[in-house]
Amino acid sequence: MSELTITALRFGFLILLWVLIFSIVAAMSRDLMVGRKAAAGAPTARQVRKNPALAEPAPAPVKQQARQLLVTEGPLKGTTIALAASPILLGRAQEATLVLEDDYASGRHARLFPQGSRWFIEDLGSTNGTYLADQQLTRALPVELGVPVRIGKTVIELRP
Amino acid sequence: MTTVDTTPKPRRNVELVLLVLALAVGIGANALVGVDREKAFDSDFWFQSSLLAAAALAFHVVLRIRAKYADPVILPIVVALNGLGLAMIHRLDRVGEDTGNNQLRWTLIAMAVAIAVIWFLRDHRVLRRFTYISLAVSAVLLILPLVPGISAGEILGARVWIRIGSMTFQPGEVAKITLAIFFAGYLSSNRDLILLAGRKIGPLQFPRFKDLGPMITAWLVSIGVLIFQRDLGSSILFFGLFLVMIYVATSRISWVIIGVALIIVGGFVASRVFSHVGLRIDGWINAFTPEVYGREFGGSLQIVEGLFGMASGGLVGTGLGQGRPNLVPFANSDMIIASFGEELGLIGLFAIVLMYLLLFTRGFRAALGTRDAFGKLLACGLSFAIALQCFVVIGGVTRLIPLTGLTTPFLAAGGSSLLANWIIVGLLLMISHAARSPVDTTPLAPGQVPDTKKGGPVMPSRPAAAPGNGRTGPDAPTEAVKQL
Repeated sequence: MSELTITALRFGFLILLWVLIFSIVAAMSRDLMVGRKAAAGAPTARQVRKNPALAEPAPAPVKQQARQLLVTEGPLKGTTIALAASPILLGRAQEATLVLEDDYASGRHARLFPQGSRWFIEDLGSTNGTYLADQQLTRALPVELGVPVRIGKTVIELRP
Repeated sequence: MTTVDTTPKPRRNVELVLLVLALAVGIGANALVGVDREKAFDSDFWFQSSLLAAAALAFHVVLRIRAKYADPVILPIVVALNGLGLAMIHRLDRVGEDTGNNQLRWTLIAMAVAIAVIWFLRDHRVLRRFTYISLAVSAVLLILPLVPGISAGEILGARVWIRIGSMTFQPGEVAKITLAIFFAGYLSSNRDLILLAGRKIGPLQFPRFKDLGPMITAWLVSIGVLIFQRDLGSSILFFGLFLVMIYVATSRISWVIIGVALIIVGGFVASRVFSHVGLRIDGWINAFTPEVYGREFGGSLQIVEGLFGMASGGLVGTGLGQGRPNLVPFANSDMIIASFGEELGLIGLFAIVLMYLLLFTRGFRAALGTRDAFGKLLACGLSFAIALQCFVVIGGVTRLIPLTGLTTPFLAAGGSSLLANWIIVGLLLMISHAARSPVDTTPLAPGQVPDTKKGGPVMPSRPAAAPGNGRTGPDAPTEAVKQL
């Protein structure tokens, strides 16, 4: 085989190596842009084709008067969490939306979720129970604005 | 409730494209190593290339089925490194030697084991139940090479091999995984105790001995056995793993200071007490002195020949198959980095180092993304083990630090190392799957009782912790997280 071919192959291989590296980095950079996409908002035509559910942007929860969750008692007193359209997990577990530093709370204690125009609270089988206006929860119940929900020593309320 | 920004994508097609590129690198290297000789497209080449490609694609298909959301770049990086290693080992085989095919056999076994790990384990959190069992397993694995009958005796000054039938195996390679599992499991449940209980001496806070007992035991077991086995590289690896995991878990810089001080003291003592450590340091500092170069035991011939090889490679290298890397002793295992430096040059060597770096960052990305403390610590520990191993080997070959006997992950000839590193890749892929897969946050139908008390099919969740009843892990897995 001629000298020239071998030299060409030699440099070709080095280029191939770096093409691989740059493709990997390009693939990763898309992974890092998740946040920017969130700001851009609307789904692309391709995403809509793949997942028809995205065709219309999920109807904004216009009727929800509750805009934030306020901790009124307990170690986290004063903390607020903005309510979006997604459910909120309350408990000591690290994956909880509101991580309670409360010895009387269970790991995954309760769950606050929107349905229709209202928010519901549901006990997730906690040890010490969840109280909605001093009534222990036995099933998911709607939470009205300003009604205290007690979890261990922590009390939360929904605020507009 | 799904919004665009949070819809995670499996991205398996990206992985397929990258995998094809990675296979092109591996197989291309294998074709180039003998392009100007008759060796170019011999039966070995076709055999190795087709099996490597088939195994890599099988792995990809398994990921599609079992870990759809796993990180798409980990597998291509590892396949490219493994392919490059195979090509170089095949190239360094003299007539009659069969290291290349042996390495291929081990690659296939290792990939099969990694596939089995992904297929049967499914969720890395299961491993948390084996915290103390893994400590026991690590101890047994590390003691095995000292047991008469199984031990393969002293090979090249170290007693780290065991003999099973006609094969030799290095159990210490697997021990780094089990030790990482133990550290992760122990630290994830006792983190708070280690952090909060304890007394402060000066600016440093020392934990209570009770809380640290198992950690100290683990450390003593690994270091103690390694003194008897005379394996400096592994002892650095285990100690580094120990330090990093405790630092990641507690974010106390005091640990790093104490650890580095211990390393300096230990290194000084070891260089005085153990002749082989002293010789290695001498061969590192005075590498170019003629008497050190020519010394029969512990001389610097290997390092210096490797440096000469890399120097003759220069910036762009001599080209695969065109250099003479086989002049270096152990060119296909300990010194494979020097072989690549000679034939691919600085540009190619940097590409390889960058691949390790990317693999390491993906491991840490999985650690950041995953939602349980155990998974975080495990992913950190495992990817750090690979990074530290690279540093110790490449640093040794390039004479930045004394050369120690560790293998270059995925590149060097050696079955146990391949097996252990592929298992690590399997675990990292599984953790990244857990990190990237969507969490089901849709509301439960009213009245539907979430069965947190009943065991799930894969991972029985624990009942919620009673107050004052010790700590059930704050990250005990639960059903909502599991409904993938």
